[in-house]
Amino acid sequence: MGIADLFFYLFSALTIGSAVMVISARNPVHAVMFLILAFINAAGLFLLLGAEFLAMLLIIVYVGAVAVLFLFVVMMLDVDFAELRAGYMKYFPVGATIGFIVLGELMALFGAWKSDGGISVTPKAPIPDAATITNTEAIGQVLYTEYIFYFEAVGIILLTAMVGAIVLTFRQNENAKRQNIGDQVARTPETSIEIKKVETGKGI
Amino acid sequence: MLEVGLSHYLSVAAVLFTLGIFGIFLNRKNVIVILMSVELMLLAVNINLIAFSAHLNDLTGQIFALFVLTVAAAEAAIGLAIIVTYFRNKGSIAVDDIHAMKG
Repeated sequence: MGIADLFFYLFSALTIGSAVMVISARNPVHAVMFLILAFINAAGLFLLLGAEFLAMLLIIVYVGAVAVLFLFVVMMLDVDFAELRAGYMKYFPVGATIGFIVLGELMALFGAWKSDGGISVTPKAPIPDAATITNTEAIGQVLYTEYIFYFEAVGIILLTAMVGAIVLTFRQNENAKRQNIGDQVARTPETSIEIKKVETGKGI
Repeated sequence: MLEVGLSHYLSVAAVLFTLGIFGIFLNRKNVIVILMSVELMLLAVNINLIAFSAHLNDLTGQIFALFVLTVAAAEAAIGLAIIVTYFRNKGSIAVDDIHAMKG
């Protein structure tokens, strides 16, 4: 058993362990922390598989952005999480039943696939030798040529998500003073200056 | 122990996916943990895609894992925005309370 195998068992054990903690942690902040741990260990698994770019992306996008977003929301909302956990064990039997059914199905599917001799396909985009070209460069060469339309569609999805998130959460503050450029430009001496005749010795 | 191969990675992904489903049932009331469970399931899908990519020596799997990653990020952003807006209006995020649309 090589060192890579040892790392596989380390990463996968930690990923599954922290996934268990995510769904069973009492405190949602802890759940988010374990989610981060699960993602970091999954990034380790990606590294072992040779997908270095995606491993780094997982850390940047998930640990850096998505998990922090979760953390913000959990901390911002003043929710009684103990109340939300009431009746937690009530759903355990049905959840475990369905979980085991799905796991059995997945394993059976894999067994059938394996006993069928697997599949042999001609790779559409063969992975080049890692000694000659980096994983990032190889992905770039395929992503921006073969999959350019998918890439642009994904960009539109992200734009939609951004617009949606802003529209949903943006709240105009009535007390805030804002610059109204139209009003400023429309100002003339007649509307802004008033001449008062002050009688001598009386004041305004 | 056996030499680590495709089946090992697929087993990890299957267990992770199952844990995601289990989490949705276990935390039926807490919509934030439900979203986190969905993220776990998408992570399992990504592990599957990349394991097959390495097994079949095809970069396409990694490209699609990249797309899954982006869609998951968009989903999390929208989901959390909906939760924040809902909490502002109703003062609660319990799934049982979300029945205003009678759907």
